[in-house]
Amino acid sequence: MLKNDKDNVIKFLETNLVPILFVIIIAFALPLSGFSVRYLFNEIIVRLVRNLFLVLALLLPIMAGMGLNFGMVLGAMAGEIGLIFITDWNITGLHGMFLAMILSIPLSILLGWMCGKILNRAKGREMVTSYILGFFMNGVYQLVVLYGMGSVIPIASDSIVLSRGYGIRNAVNLTGIRQSLDKLLPLKIGTTLIPVATFALIAVLCVFIIWFRRTKLGQDMRAIGQDMAVAEASGIDVARTRIISIIISTVLAGFGMVIYLQNIGTMNTYNSHEQVGMFSIAALLVGGASVNRAKIGNAILGVVLFHLMFVISPMAGKNLIGQAQLGEYFRVFVSYGVISISLVLYAIRKQRDKARAGIALADAQEVRD
Amino acid sequence: MKDKSPLLEMRNISKDFFGNSVLKDVSFKLEKGEILGLVGENGAGKTTLMKILFGMTVIRDTGGYSGEIFLEGKPVSYKTPFEALDDGIGMVHQEFSLLPGFTAAENILLNRESTKNNFMTELFGDRMKNLDRKDMRKRALKAIGKVGVQLHEDMLISDMPVGHKQFTEIARELEKDNIKLLVLDEPTAVLAESEAEILLKSMKKLSSEGISIIFISHRLREIINITDKILILRDGRIIQEKPTSSTNISEIAEAMVGRELEVSKREDVRVFDRTFLSVSRLWVNMPGETVRDVSFDVNEGEIFGIGGLAGQGKLGIPNGIMGLFPGGGEIILDGKKIGLNSPRIALDSGMAFVSEDRRDVGLLLDEPLDWNISFTAMQVQNKFLKPIFGNLIKWRDEKAIQNAAKGFIDALEIKCTGYSQKAQELSGGNQQKICLAKAFIVEPRVLFVSEPTRGIDVGAKKIVLDTLIKNNREKGTTIIMISSELEELRSVCDRIAIVDEGKIAGILPATRPAADFGLLMLGTAPVSGGAE
Amino acid sequence: MKYLDRIVEKTGWPRLIIGLFLFSLFIAAPFAQVKIGTSLSDTLIRFGMNGIMVLALVPMIHSGCGLNFGLPLGIIAGLLGATITIELGATGAASLFIAILAATPFALVFGWGYGNLLNRVKGNEMMIATYVGFSSVAFMCMMWLLLPYSSPTMVWGYEGVGLRTTISVEGFYLHALSNFLAVRIGTFFLPTGMLLFMGFVCFLVWAFLHTKTGTAMTAVGSNPVFARASGVNIDRMRTISVILSTWLGAVGIIVYQQSFGFIQLYMGPFYMAFPAVAAILIGGASVNKASIMNVLIGAFLFQGILTMTPSVMNSIIQMDMSEVIRIIVSNGMILYALTRVKKGAH
Repeated sequence: MLKNDKDNVIKFLETNLVPILFVIIIAFALPLSGFSVRYLFNEIIVRLVRNLFLVLALLLPIMAGMGLNFGMVLGAMAGEIGLIFITDWNITGLHGMFLAMILSIPLSILLGWMCGKILNRAKGREMVTSYILGFFMNGVYQLVVLYGMGSVIPIASDSIVLSRGYGIRNAVNLTGIRQSLDKLLPLKIGTTLIPVATFALIAVLCVFIIWFRRTKLGQDMRAIGQDMAVAEASGIDVARTRIISIIISTVLAGFGMVIYLQNIGTMNTYNSHEQVGMFSIAALLVGGASVNRAKIGNAILGVVLFHLMFVISPMAGKNLIGQAQLGEYFRVFVSYGVISISLVLYAIRKQRDKARAGIALADAQEVRD
Repeated sequence: MKDKSPLLEMRNISKDFFGNSVLKDVSFKLEKGEILGLVGENGAGKTTLMKILFGMTVIRDTGGYSGEIFLEGKPVSYKTPFEALDDGIGMVHQEFSLLPGFTAAENILLNRESTKNNFMTELFGDRMKNLDRKDMRKRALKAIGKVGVQLHEDMLISDMPVGHKQFTEIARELEKDNIKLLVLDEPTAVLAESEAEILLKSMKKLSSEGISIIFISHRLREIINITDKILILRDGRIIQEKPTSSTNISEIAEAMVGRELEVSKREDVRVFDRTFLSVSRLWVNMPGETVRDVSFDVNEGEIFGIGGLAGQGKLGIPNGIMGLFPGGGEIILDGKKIGLNSPRIALDSGMAFVSEDRRDVGLLLDEPLDWNISFTAMQVQNKFLKPIFGNLIKWRDEKAIQNAAKGFIDALEIKCTGYSQKAQELSGGNQQKICLAKAFIVEPRVLFVSEPTRGIDVGAKKIVLDTLIKNNREKGTTIIMISSELEELRSVCDRIAIVDEGKIAGILPATRPAADFGLLMLGTAPVSGGAE
Repeated sequence: MKYLDRIVEKTGWPRLIIGLFLFSLFIAAPFAQVKIGTSLSDTLIRFGMNGIMVLALVPMIHSGCGLNFGLPLGIIAGLLGATITIELGATGAASLFIAILAATPFALVFGWGYGNLLNRVKGNEMMIATYVGFSSVAFMCMMWLLLPYSSPTMVWGYEGVGLRTTISVEGFYLHALSNFLAVRIGTFFLPTGMLLFMGFVCFLVWAFLHTKTGTAMTAVGSNPVFARASGVNIDRMRTISVILSTWLGAVGIIVYQQSFGFIQLYMGPFYMAFPAVAAILIGGASVNKASIMNVLIGAFLFQGILTMTPSVMNSIIQMDMSEVIRIIVSNGMILYALTRVKKGAH
């Protein structure tokens, strides 16, 4: 059926509008940037190592129908606090990294639990609430890290405390654990170093997610994601399950943050988490995910496309009109624009689905004549 | 101890909502494998009775019930529906409770999935168990087999025709292996005739396997065909309890609606000579109240009633004509064609509507009474506006609004602290009077009043109905009144149309006996005479 | 006791705490060697600067579009008006009104488009508004670089293209309103003109809400189904409210600039919606109800805290925690409002 084929094509374009748009942008900008393939390949590997774990942390709340978890910055904060402590205690290498992860767990659970509780009070507007919650907790984080650490919470190391005697410096050097995971099992392909250990850890997370979907808890989350009322009526504890999904996401975001920062090697104490939240969400959406549907493949594709754009756009801007600044603004615009488009498309689709039942009836009525 | 106690016995069940009695001393027994037909008008108490049986929280929140329930001779009193489910009582509701993105099997086994242990279970508990898809499929197929239909267990609900959804729901209840009693609330309402046949057949099969069924339906033929016993409720009382073999359709219809006339004597039949509003081939897509093909004429100055059971489409008629829900067809008012799908066009043509949904459609709950009363007139007819700078700015004339509100508060005896009180603080009856005032103030040529007495007390009921009659007699307003209360229609209207399955089943003068209307409601051909 | 409970119930805990906090700051000020006169006039100046941007939220709340996190869109219209005025070379106090005039067509067009977008995403307005605001700011970042401005007061000196990040309005409309009828008593300064102008704009909005259209708008926000049944075109009312809100945002930023002294381009407008939203909520508004009174009280309380905390806290505990307090108070307030939305109340 010709009409059916056409419908399918339209549907495909519609669900994949954002990735397609991105491929077009990149196809335009790539030659303009003048980067070599080898350089870009190298960059993509680095970005995957850094970001993929964080992006994957977003999947569970989407499955549970809670939308994009803007509250993942809470987990990122927990990870950062873990890193501050191990830097202070001067525990280096893999031990330090894993200790930071372990330290972040209780904090992530606490924050995730709180976030889940709050979101249960704001059903239907989870995203905007978790978004504001991120801002709010950023204030609390600053209160603790900028004023509490070194005064109330003992921090011994002078190198990370501000000269005034309390508060953590703007940038914390993580040389102790820098790339400790990435360099554990290095594999060299040409000039590109592939950090096998980090990828292995990411693979473990992917397996966990796939496995988790097949558990009873995963099934319950999927059920809640589709219809909270029906799930509740069948005896599933909706509120609790939603909280669990947020807690898991927060803990994973904490791990992801530690992996992200061990790769970079320095921590921007007061900005890293905010950026990480936005870039992870944008990357996931670029990969073709939507507010209510996201797969591992979306995360991988998204990180590749989004960061490719990120790498090439300043150069492309410079070569195009002589201003690198333009490219930098462009990528900021694209990050926000992508999230906007995805949110709008999702909202419109939801309304259309609601209207669809009515259209079917109207058709049936008119045919009668 | 008795040797053979019935499967279910409800004894002397009474229930009132805030002094408003809805069930009075209801007792019945249901044997194992028996099919009981539960019949009654809307508000007769069927739903409340089932809610009590299932321990719905709303019952306890409103003060509980009195009387006793025995399941297999043991007294039970459920605190939540889940306890009832544990005891083997299942219910299929009118609205589907299915997940569209899950397969039939996943829905049938929702929250009762087969699982397998793994190492994580030790650490994190039972919810980390893996799903056992193979076993789930097996169990789902078995349940589908019990219903006795062809249904693919891997099909997504969203891809299913409506009948299959209904079967999936039933299969879900039957999958519980201790199921003893199944309550089906209007299960055939959404089904095509052939599908309904299949369903009835599988009900017979279930009862032969020892499962008891309570079958709620308004399709009397189905009731007669399938049940062993029929229970008729009216105004919260059992009117008739008979084996199906010893009753017939007209007896049931009469028992259902025929009540003593307690309303004031009607004046003589009025005669009208001019068709004022003519509706033809109207269809309206109002969820739950779909109108399929409705045509009728209303005379100038007449009070025209529209009755019928809930869900049959009577409410869709005014909502469609007034443009609140999408629809099609032809409306001619006083010789002029009126467009559909636009409240503004309907209002501009001189029609007004008092909605059955007071809280959502009828009122601005957060705003004062004077706003509620004057808003429509202000927006549609530019009343209560003071022009400033020529007609550049249309300023709200607070004084005029307040005066108008005061007038209606006095005239309709609205109990309130004043025109500035918020609408949500009034009682149901007084809120309804506000809705009437809102309609009267636009001085409509045709007034639609939908369920004007729903949820209001007796005193207010009388005032509301009297006000409508007064308005009709004094101002000559043509009124179309839609109500589930047949007696109310018969006491106020000149003629009454009965709507069944989205179509007009018949139009009779209000003076005809109640049973005639009852038969029309139940989808049975009208007795001698028929429509005029 | 019951009476006290009722007061708490009516004002709400957060508002009460914030009010008491500000009150205690004023009490503590003299002990901390902070001059009440300066603090008070600082508070009043910031109140006047930000008031109209807080007011800009009122129309959209009235029409049920929720909190306008997309305020940066209106601010951008204002920035375009301001930069165009300078480009045209208008100077003196009159340039303020030229700027408002120049911003108006942009505000109308942006507001119209934004309103139509929000009509298509009913129920998700706030999140989408946030990102529409962000995206438009980021988009304009590129435009500020590319648009053919040439006035030497605005473009980067050495390159001659692209606007500067901050542009002084000195010689244009600096203090055009603030100095009008201003009162100076010692350290106390009262920006009479700015407050009068703000009062005038508040009056306009108040008056608008008393017209037929304004009444319809309020009804749409109060109960859209009721409004529709009364023949009101809901989408049209919502669009009008968004346009009005966007225009007020544009006027608001221009008034802000004349007091502040600079036009802040690029990422300047990025987070400007949040303090405005927090202020109106502190003033007693909710996601679906707001009055002019909420604007005035909220703007005063919020700006009061912002001015008082740094000076008082600094001298008492030698720690400048004002930034952190601002973040916690403003976002905490928004969070509180979001989690208190009653279901069914649109």
